[in-house]
Amino acid sequence: MSAGLALAKREIVRFLRQKSRVVGAVAPPVVMWLLVGSGFKGSFRGDSFGYFFPGTVVLVVLFAAIFATISVIEDRREGFLQGVLVAPVAPASIAFGKVLGGSVLGLLQGLPLLVLVPVAGLSADVRGLLGAAAVLVLLAFALTSLGFAIAWSLESTQGFHAIMNLFLIPMWLLSGSFFPVEGAPAWLRAAMAVNPLTYGVAALRRALGGASESLPSLGLSFAVTAAFAAVMFAAATAVVAKFPSGPPRRGGKAGRSPA
Amino acid sequence: MTAPAVETDSLSCAYGARLALDRATLTVARGEIFALLGPNGGGKTTLFRILATLLRPTSGTFRVDGLDPAVDVRAVRRRLGVVFQTPGLDRKLTVEENLALQGALLGLSGAALAARIDALLGTFSIRDRARDLVETLSGGLARRVEIAKSLLAAPPVLLLDEPSTGLDPGARRDLTALLVELAKGGTAVLLTTHLFDEADAAHRIGILDRGRLVALGAPAALKAEVGGDVVTVEAREDGGAPALAREIGAHFGPEAGKVSAVGNTVRVERREAHRFVPALVEAFPGRFRSLTLGAPSLEDVFIDRTGRAFREADADEPAAAGAAA
Repeated sequence: MSAGLALAKREIVRFLRQKSRVVGAVAPPVVMWLLVGSGFKGSFRGDSFGYFFPGTVVLVVLFAAIFATISVIEDRREGFLQGVLVAPVAPASIAFGKVLGGSVLGLLQGLPLLVLVPVAGLSADVRGLLGAAAVLVLLAFALTSLGFAIAWSLESTQGFHAIMNLFLIPMWLLSGSFFPVEGAPAWLRAAMAVNPLTYGVAALRRALGGASESLPSLGLSFAVTAAFAAVMFAAATAVVAKFPSGPPRRGGKAGRSPA
Repeated sequence: MTAPAVETDSLSCAYGARLALDRATLTVARGEIFALLGPNGGGKTTLFRILATLLRPTSGTFRVDGLDPAVDVRAVRRRLGVVFQTPGLDRKLTVEENLALQGALLGLSGAALAARIDALLGTFSIRDRARDLVETLSGGLARRVEIAKSLLAAPPVLLLDEPSTGLDPGARRDLTALLVELAKGGTAVLLTTHLFDEADAAHRIGILDRGRLVALGAPAALKAEVGGDVVTVEAREDGGAPALAREIGAHFGPEAGKVSAVGNTVRVERREAHRFVPALVEAFPGRFRSLTLGAPSLEDVFIDRTGRAFREADADEPAAAGAAA
């Protein structure tokens, strides 16, 4: 366990030493929220800022998870990871360190956004805010675990970007963050119903008092989100155990002289 | 009786159809410096990665300190210090932070860890750089930190992959002195290298070529096996070596000793070669670009065992070198 905590601490120290990452994770979603919220204001039944707010917070956490786990690939390329892999550490500790570090970073960026709840036109009491924070903790853990499980078996950050665009961003788009389930065609509705992130966003929306009738109940949303986190962490641990040395190595060895 | 520090039994590793390591059997004793010498793609990095528990052998077994990684890989890892060719340090952390992180991975903590780190900072003369980010260190210093890191738990076995790569001559000498010191303290040191002088400094070496251990023993003993001296002549015309070798063989008959063409040179192995050189020069005026006479080197051992020059072998298998990495 102390190995996991030490690895998590490393993530946070590294993050704080790379200022551009802080800006990169928080600014784009907030800018997007302001632009999309303003743009939809005229054509949206109800309040667009309030509608897009929970999804924006989730997007900040998702971005943080992506940035945190993409570093697995850099760790491997720079050689840091092989040093960890030959240490007498359990696969779960390696996964836990990265996931905990990434989750804390996601929460450091996502939780402060909750002060914007009144600005977004939402209202939440202390219980609601605590509920929202709890949902974010679970989501941060789930999304970082998911990102870790994907990044572990990738050789390049370009590969991760492809997966991000093809899989992670669509997952967010189909979570009820960007458009409500009611207006969607049947096939999209089905996709949204099986998307675990839908329940995380619904739980957050309910906690912040922006819910509509058609959303899944708070209890179900919490349960699915907790299960999402548990399953994803199990997957993250499993990839480390199954592929201890990562992806199959191809091409030359870095830094080797031709002599 | 205690088990050898490292003991491998017929280790093989295949990448697809290509056998990168072919039934390698060797032992390394406590207090011994053992060098795995070979051209790129020879299989030494594959063997290194297997011993470091990063790669599973296709067949064969090995033990570290008598322990089988197939039974308890973490027990084996606790006994290994591993120094990779690409540094396993976090460049955004300080020297001290890197050592503390490794300590936590090894299950060390508190005052014991702090004392150990302090001792290593002293031993490696890096105390004044302890608070500096690793990315600000020179290559030689970073390698020192890397080795310090691998020694945190005072492992009985130290594995190093091409440890002198990227080091200037001074840093290289420091490294050799350090390894000798460690071996004196009872640590088994196993390193890979493609430098003959580095291998020469080891107690024993194994020469790996095309995945096979073609020689195993003390450098002096292996060189003695070559027999006599080695005369090497470079042929005047490019590609003229094979014809020249045949002519030398025909001219001197059994007198010549062992004659072979390697690349653009002809090698003659024989006793008392200094008596032979004048006759050779007389017999083939203007046919040599250069001639050298010397006691056999490890390069001669390599040529003797593989029938080709080290440099040739290195250039031979660029694709294989990549796959074996």
